[in-house]
Amino acid sequence: MAQTKVIALTGNQAAAEAMRQINFDVAAVYPISPQTELMGFFAEYVANGEVDTEMVAVDGEHSAMATCIGAAAAGARTITASAGPGIAYMLENLYIASGMRIPLVLLDVNRALSAPLSIHCDHGDSMLTRDTGWISIFSENAQEAYHNIIMSVKISEKAMFPIIVNYDGYIVSHSIEDVEILDDESVRDFVGPSDINRIPYPLLNTEKPVTYGATAQPDYYTECKYQQHVDFLKVYDIVREVFDEFAQISGKRYDLIEEYKTEDAEYIGISMGSSFGTLKDAVDRLRDQGKKVGAIKIRLYRPFPVKEVAQALSRAKGVVVLDRADSFDGIGGPLFKDVSTALLATDNNPFVHNFIYGLGGREIHEEEFMRAFDRLERLEKGIETRENFVEYLQVRE
Amino acid sequence: MAKKRPIALLSELASHKETFGGDMPLAPGHRMCIGCGIPPIVNEILLAINEPVIVSNATGCLEVTTGVYPVTAWNVPWIHVNFQSAATVIAGVETAYKVLKKKGIIPEDKKIHFVAFGGDGGTYDIGFQALSATAERGHNVLYVCYNNEGYQNTGYQKSSATPIGAYTKTTPVGKVKVGKQEPRKDLTMIMAAHGVPYVAQASPHIFRDLTRKTKKAISIQGFKFLNVLEPCTLSWRFSPEDTMRLAKLAVETRYWPVYEVIDGKYWKVNIKPKKPKPIEEYIAAQPRWKHVLKYPEVLERIQKEIDEKWNLLLHLEEMSKKLAEEEGIDYEALFKLPEE
Repeated sequence: MAQTKVIALTGNQAAAEAMRQINFDVAAVYPISPQTELMGFFAEYVANGEVDTEMVAVDGEHSAMATCIGAAAAGARTITASAGPGIAYMLENLYIASGMRIPLVLLDVNRALSAPLSIHCDHGDSMLTRDTGWISIFSENAQEAYHNIIMSVKISEKAMFPIIVNYDGYIVSHSIEDVEILDDESVRDFVGPSDINRIPYPLLNTEKPVTYGATAQPDYYTECKYQQHVDFLKVYDIVREVFDEFAQISGKRYDLIEEYKTEDAEYIGISMGSSFGTLKDAVDRLRDQGKKVGAIKIRLYRPFPVKEVAQALSRAKGVVVLDRADSFDGIGGPLFKDVSTALLATDNNPFVHNFIYGLGGREIHEEEFMRAFDRLERLEKGIETRENFVEYLQVRE
Repeated sequence: MAKKRPIALLSELASHKETFGGDMPLAPGHRMCIGCGIPPIVNEILLAINEPVIVSNATGCLEVTTGVYPVTAWNVPWIHVNFQSAATVIAGVETAYKVLKKKGIIPEDKKIHFVAFGGDGGTYDIGFQALSATAERGHNVLYVCYNNEGYQNTGYQKSSATPIGAYTKTTPVGKVKVGKQEPRKDLTMIMAAHGVPYVAQASPHIFRDLTRKTKKAISIQGFKFLNVLEPCTLSWRFSPEDTMRLAKLAVETRYWPVYEVIDGKYWKVNIKPKKPKPIEEYIAAQPRWKHVLKYPEVLERIQKEIDEKWNLLLHLEEMSKKLAEEEGIDYEALFKLPEE
């Protein structure tokens, strides 16, 4: 077990602390709120020689990701961080990193996409990345962000896929909370030393020249993608393994999803990120009123924990999926579609409703989540009807 | 790695199979067009480097023809990410090298050179921001633009390197517009204005000049830029055997001045055709462009651009000599190879 100490940190400070302890080889940086101060904190560590990291202050997020791909393919342990429009700007390269099977870490300090411009939190940026072939993990608070970053290095390198660690902009990134920090040595032992041979084909091994990023014609493209597909399914077990290993040093055991009072729950709410605490409070208040409700948090978002979600919903009468992003597709939010699909893996057929909440930093309160449960129950019982699967939870009409 | 000579002879290159075996940096068997100017440029440059080299490549002709799954023509570590990122990707590789050397993971005495190749589309246009930023950050890399004055891999569309009046698929010759309206962007000058340690223009037909410039470039710490004219047989529509003849004409007409710039301050024009050939001769050899011979006003604009640029370069050269004298610097020594 690692030695621990509790310090008051913001999410960005906790993330910078994890980066310091991991001692990444290369960090590509480009400012965008609410990520900016994270790399600012980290730059202090670089400037003071507390890390060996080479920081590359690039010309934009597209170049940030390209720099990371180059550095990681070369054999360096590599990280970058961004938010909202920055994630959108680097999107092309996200597909390239995963297609080339390059392990690296991207921190997404979740921010809304323009227009209208908003620097505040929602999950629109992360939803852009859901089909990119990156592993994606959500953090509820600064503590989880800190833990997830440490685990992400190992997950990514074992899986040979890049990984995104999400934490909510401002709500987590700029709020101070108590964070339990592990000692440096335990973190460094856990992630292991940096070495070009961590990956099978480092560019820097000039004795064994390799070609990264070849063209594939119709005769091979499908096979390349199929290999990616097959290996991505192995990520579930790798994540579980790393979660287990991490529990050994931290004493904190994580799962792909987190369940709260779901054992006997008739109605279950599902969310990701910082709102889960509010959702649990809503559950508690409804329980006080005698309602059998529960909540699920999705921790591993990609690959989606289909079996775990299906199992957790196998006895529910109704499910309300709380999406912090809209898909504008006439169906519902991204998480709603993921959960609805996961339900194909259970014989249970609960009523599923979808609410969009928390867009562009809109604060969410227990009462609003309680109202979401209420609407779900009325719909499920046929007391009320709906025109669409999806509705907005907080809106002035 | 291949056994390489300080400066290989052209005859050695021509018989590469015997001389270099399967270890040519860019092996034969790639899919570039017959008469394409790119392979000689790439090999002239990479063969001038006697130490291990890692290459990054922008999307384009060179990239799509040399690494086609599941085979590769590259005998050196090679990475292609996308169209616009060749500079920034090689910067990432170089940064990894730097930090891993600092950490002792790569031996102190292991020397590696970092070279990026991009066409003019990937360099002048879509990759320009990344190129400029990589230059500004001073990464120890050599960026080479093989400049065929258009998007040839997509079938010849206009780039900012396309000259006045040239036909492209996006600047056709019509009733009211004769090819491209704007002059070429002078990227070499723009790169020199970055104040990077070494910038040069070259042509593949002057093999020893390009080889020497490569050697000069890699002998200098920091960001280096080479702009190499690459006549495109397919889009410029000349016979495949005329590639080097076209390159030669470009230099002899002063259309493509061959020069180098140290630190953005000291300019040297390497080749000065005493009696420049008329630009009409160069233009007439290219069906993509020869229609302008019927438009005296377009021809006049082209000639004016060439003359003004040439004159400017000569003035910059004169100014550099005076500047060096004032600073007490040996002007000629600036351009010599370390071993010279």
